Amino acid sequence: MSAVPGSPADYDIAVALPRNGVTPPGRAARGRWKDQAFEWLTRLFALLVFSILGAILLSLVAGSTLSLEKYGAAFLWHEDWDPVKERFGALVPIYGTLLTSFIALAIGVPVSFGIALFLTELSPPWLKRPLGTAIELLAAIPSIIYGMWGLFVFTPLFQAHLQPALIGSLGRVPGLGRLFEGPPLGIGMLTAGLILSIMVIPFITAVMRDVFELVPPMLKESAYALGGTTWEVVWRVVLPYTKVGVVGGIMLGLGRALGETMAVTFVIGNAHQLSASLMAPGNSIASALANEFTEAVGDLYFSSLIELGLILFAITTVVLAASKLLLSRLARREGTRT
Amino acid sequence: MLKVRGARALGLAAAALFSASALAADITGAGATFPYPIYAKWADAYKKETGVGMNYQSIGSGGGIKQITAKTVQFGASDMPMKPDELEKYGLMQFPAIMGGVVPVYNVKGIANGQVTLSGPLLADIYLGKLKKWNDAPIAKLNPGVRLPDQAISVVHRSDGSGTTFLFANYLSKVSPEWNESVGEGTSVKWPTGVGGKGNEGVAAYVGRIDGAIGYVEYAYAKQNKLAAAKMVNREGTAVSPEDGAFKAAAAGADWKGASGMAVLLTNQPGKGAWPITGASFILIHKSQPQPEVAREVLKFFDWAFKNGDKMASELDYVPMPDAVVSMIQSAWKSEIKDAAGRPVY
Repeated sequence: MSAVPGSPADYDIAVALPRNGVTPPGRAARGRWKDQAFEWLTRLFALLVFSILGAILLSLVAGSTLSLEKYGAAFLWHEDWDPVKERFGALVPIYGTLLTSFIALAIGVPVSFGIALFLTELSPPWLKRPLGTAIELLAAIPSIIYGMWGLFVFTPLFQAHLQPALIGSLGRVPGLGRLFEGPPLGIGMLTAGLILSIMVIPFITAVMRDVFELVPPMLKESAYALGGTTWEVVWRVVLPYTKVGVVGGIMLGLGRALGETMAVTFVIGNAHQLSASLMAPGNSIASALANEFTEAVGDLYFSSLIELGLILFAITTVVLAASKLLLSRLARREGTRT
Repeated sequence: MLKVRGARALGLAAAALFSASALAADITGAGATFPYPIYAKWADAYKKETGVGMNYQSIGSGGGIKQITAKTVQFGASDMPMKPDELEKYGLMQFPAIMGGVVPVYNVKGIANGQVTLSGPLLADIYLGKLKKWNDAPIAKLNPGVRLPDQAISVVHRSDGSGTTFLFANYLSKVSPEWNESVGEGTSVKWPTGVGGKGNEGVAAYVGRIDGAIGYVEYAYAKQNKLAAAKMVNREGTAVSPEDGAFKAAAAGADWKGASGMAVLLTNQPGKGAWPITGASFILIHKSQPQPEVAREVLKFFDWAFKNGDKMASELDYVPMPDAVVSMIQSAWKSEIKDAAGRPVY
């Protein structure tokens, strides 16, 4: 998070570093070629990022030519997915990907904010380290473990308690009830979203905690000295100061949620059906790919799957671009408000 | 974190080095996941006996076909037999290596293993979403004396493409015109209803979890997970239980000679004791072999497996190929697989 205000990059540190091949005076000439070689090496690594990204995009487009030609843009809103008759459309997996990620963020962001807040502002010092480590450990658990845990532990609980309760209460509300219809299977979009939220919490929390800690104590102490409550200090001082980092953390979480494969596959129900109900089984792009790639016999089928990958790539790009746009808007408003 | 990663990467590199040197004389194959456990077991025993290893990657039938046509492996494996014109196009020879059965399993409170009897058309109607409750009249009629509950049927199917699905859908297509019309057969199909579990273990887990569920798994999984399996009414109208003998009966009644490319589908076979959803898994090998000694190693491996592997297969709840079929396969090896000069390899 080098973009975070207050990080060392912002301070004007007067250290003479060799930049752009200019050797500072007094530096021995024999070190120069090493410096230059090193500079080129790092430049090469940086360029590698672009070339890998470009290569992925290129091979995705090349691989999906067949289905791009056959379906065109209609691929995006057709809900049919019939490998036998070779009719493919991406609506169901796109919807499932976006919906489960949305559920994950709707739950994950407030909880992560709470955890980060507690860690930086309220936690007794002896608890900070173990709690922080525990969160980092959560982030290190492989996703398949989350999937199996979700299926074998979470799903039965969900099926027996949470889902019947939701169907019985919210399911009866007119309008809103459509979201909570159907038999309590335990698996489905809602379960997938919940598992995802648990998976993104450590990522968002870790970033939020790190940026919250960067807020200069002087600012906070001044606010407290003016009589601010903890909530006011966080809401008026800490959050505005760290918003770039916070949004960055949320985007990191969203990125994980959009692309998560194994854990979702276990609990989403993997059905190519469109349903208004959150309880219903659905499908996500990553999960469809993981499920169907191995046995995709037939060129059009294969090509359609690759186009799904291309769509996921596009969704992630759009999300990232949107977040950058949001941040630049926020930054522009900065000067006008007092 | 970084340190751990570094160590792991080193370990991987070392492993890759070792396996690369060990691979030199090994047979390589890739494809279907369904027969993977038995191929792996055979390979292990074969290596102990002959010192020649067999490296089989279970990447799926689609991948297997891609790899053998690209000649990156010495044999491919597919659960769905390739059509004769496709075999012709790629210059491949196909033979069945192992068989297995697909079993409908259910989870209904108070109804034990084998108590429910289903027929092909009923199973198709359930999977079409037309029969919605366990006590619907057609099911009740076939199961007099069984106290079927007034409970919704939750359909469970495979979410991944699979040979198991192919056999199941192929069978339903044979017995239900409506299924054939609206869904059809394939390693993945457009399911009209239900939830999808990944792999046999995924379906087994879902069926075990969901009250009122019905699913289909390979026989071995039904047995290992102690799932209640239904009896099926076969082509002759007899209700059979899924067991070794019933799968063998299905293989015995098949017309192996008449099928081109030995592409026999063992679903809905005649024979009083035949289990209706049985199938073979196939091996694909190039007919023209510029390096005959490599092909010979592959054929020697399967020859050994046909001779010595039956007991291992039965232990894993697969069905070994009948002897008559094996001798047919071997004569096909002799007549079809040739080296560059046109001499038979085997």
